[in-house]
Amino acid sequence: MALLEVTDLTVVFQRRGEAPFTAVDGVSFAVEEGQTVGLVGESGCGKSVTSLAIMGLLPRRGVRVSGSVRFEGAELLTESPRQMRDRRGRDLGMVFQDPLSSLNPVVSIGIQVTEVLERHRGMSRSKAMRVAAELLDQVGIPDPRRRLDEYPHQLSGGMRQRALIAMALACQPRLLIADEPTTALDVTIQAQILALLSQLVRDTGTALIMITHDLGVVAGLCDEVNVLYAGRVVERAARHELFARPRHPYTHGLLSSIPRLDAPRGERLVPIRGAVTDNIPWTQGCAFAPRCPNVLEKCLDVTPEMEEDDGRLLRCHNPVRQEVPA
Amino acid sequence: MLRYTVRRLLQLLGVVLVLSMLLFGWLRLLPGGPVSALLGERATEESRRQLTAQLGLDQPIFVQYGKFLGRALSGDFGSSTGVQPGDAALEVFLQRFPATLELSFFAIVLAVLFGIPLGYLAARRRGTWLDNLGVVGSLVGVAVPVFFLAFLLKYVFAVELGWLPASGRQTGGIDATRVTGFFVLDGLLTREWDAAWDALQHLVLPAMALATIPFAVVFRITRAAVLDVLDEDYVRTAESKGLTTPVIRRRHVLRNAMLPVVTTIGLQTGALLAGAVLTEKVFAFPGLGEALAIGFERRDYPVLQLLIIVAAMVYVLVNLVVDLSYAVIDPRVRVR
Ligand SMILES: Nc1ncnc2c1ncn2[C@@H]1O[C@H](COP(=O)(O)OP(=O)(O)O)[C@@H](O)[C@H]1O
Ligand SMILES: [Mg+2]
Repeated sequence: MALLEVTDLTVVFQRRGEAPFTAVDGVSFAVEEGQTVGLVGESGCGKSVTSLAIMGLLPRRGVRVSGSVRFEGAELLTESPRQMRDRRGRDLGMVFQDPLSSLNPVVSIGIQVTEVLERHRGMSRSKAMRVAAELLDQVGIPDPRRRLDEYPHQLSGGMRQRALIAMALACQPRLLIADEPTTALDVTIQAQILALLSQLVRDTGTALIMITHDLGVVAGLCDEVNVLYAGRVVERAARHELFARPRHPYTHGLLSSIPRLDAPRGERLVPIRGAVTDNIPWTQGCAFAPRCPNVLEKCLDVTPEMEEDDGRLLRCHNPVRQEVPA
Repeated sequence: MLRYTVRRLLQLLGVVLVLSMLLFGWLRLLPGGPVSALLGERATEESRRQLTAQLGLDQPIFVQYGKFLGRALSGDFGSSTGVQPGDAALEVFLQRFPATLELSFFAIVLAVLFGIPLGYLAARRRGTWLDNLGVVGSLVGVAVPVFFLAFLLKYVFAVELGWLPASGRQTGGIDATRVTGFFVLDGLLTREWDAAWDALQHLVLPAMALATIPFAVVFRITRAAVLDVLDEDYVRTAESKGLTTPVIRRRHVLRNAMLPVVTTIGLQTGALLAGAVLTEKVFAFPGLGEALAIGFERRDYPVLQLLIIVAAMVYVLVNLVVDLSYAVIDPRVRVR
């Protein structure tokens, strides 16, 4: 049994006086114990909504969630708000995109770390403070004792994200979800945070869902990668399979649009045509068809199904055949 | 912090000096004057001239102001001519100050005690009937004239239903010992429970009338601030840690939402005297507001001068307290 099994997860936003909007459309994937799984796709494809659905953090009103999210065999979607509150921070941890806005500006770092220990571990404040200092040390924050009394505005961006990682991992959750954890940071800091995450999940055996719009981020980190487009998974493969031979034209496009160290000098980056707003609903044809270089007549009429192909899952009528130029 | 406080207090001194000059001139430009107020329209020229000289009003205005300033520095603000004729203006102020302070205190406590929790609840239940009722109610609360509301409360609960006293601070027959001048507190200190209870009953209606506007404003600002904070990423972080609702409410939502609310409470406290004038008049409540109202009717220069300067000082001081409490709530202000 996988640690987390997401099956046919669908999230529909239904606001009064507006047409229902399907943000996540039948997404399935699994995360094994200790595994790192990537969710990759352009902004707006439903990555954050998927993670919030798993955490039980979607707004209570105006949203319909269906499908199944099983964690260690237990169905999370039907658990009571109270049960989910007990799980969050204890079984499931989450790190968000913008470390500055994700920290409470008027509460000290120490309290923001200890509150999760007090809540789930029943520790006293003083015991929790000792543990918090160790945690900050573990995530590479120098002089942790002094940092406990400081406030978020006194820390650098990278330090803030480290503190948030410490909070999310404080109770040793089995699963950590990181939603674009490096997007708001400088490039050099990005690399440090990624290295830290990869070291922490290795040391603690925590499973990780790594969410990003940047395939470069998952390159060194993930065992398996799911590529999302307009709320659906369009390709899933082991990391090296995917990077060596992307089959979906969208994945291929994403890969060609990131800088590669091993690319021949002078080769130009090729951005994907169009924008994600060109979506046509998945109900008629392939949503990527309007932007797809490999588009066939069939793609406009028949919605492709997810099929096993070449040791991976693929949703495409006319996948890319050739190898990526090495 | 200390230097900042000292600088602000020095500013206060300047404000008071300038204000006292403007006020002094403005009062004497008003039509009528203490002489007509005291003697009536049909007094003889001779008696008018006599009284004018007696009050020192025949001297040039600069001389009058100079004398006023000189005496004021030694604590003599002149004698009341209309409110409590013959009493020192300072005496009038000291006698009545506790009454207004007690009334304002209860009004602000009512406004905060109801405004903040209801504002929080309305934000949390945004769009429900409770929220809509609160929003409409607070609009009405700001729009209804205090004076009308005071009359309405008095008429319904005192005159018609007879549940609460219609005027004054204490029922005549009660022989209460005075310690601080705050009647409820006095009753508690001397263990004269009946006196405390009686004084409290006298406070209910005027405090409600006076609290209406601050309540409505505190409610609306709290609601808006909480709505803003609920959308913040750090509240989502707190939820992602599985914290209990009370911890999220207190530490993550209210603590941040309180910044604008504290400012509002300060401004409302400063503005309370305007409402107190009308409320105290309607309930014949012997406080500063009533003294101001009577003082204007009878052109009691010394009393008006003292009361308005004190009101301005209170306003400036309250604002200082607000600024200082910011530093307590928000660490980002503290370091500066
Ligand atoms: N609370 C919400 N109400 C309505 N629509 C939403 C809400 N949250 C997200 N969406 C929509 O769902 C889609 C997917 O959003 P999201 O999962 O945040 O994308 P991303 O992949 O960039 O994280 C977007 O089109 C977004 O506008
Ligand atoms: Mg996102």
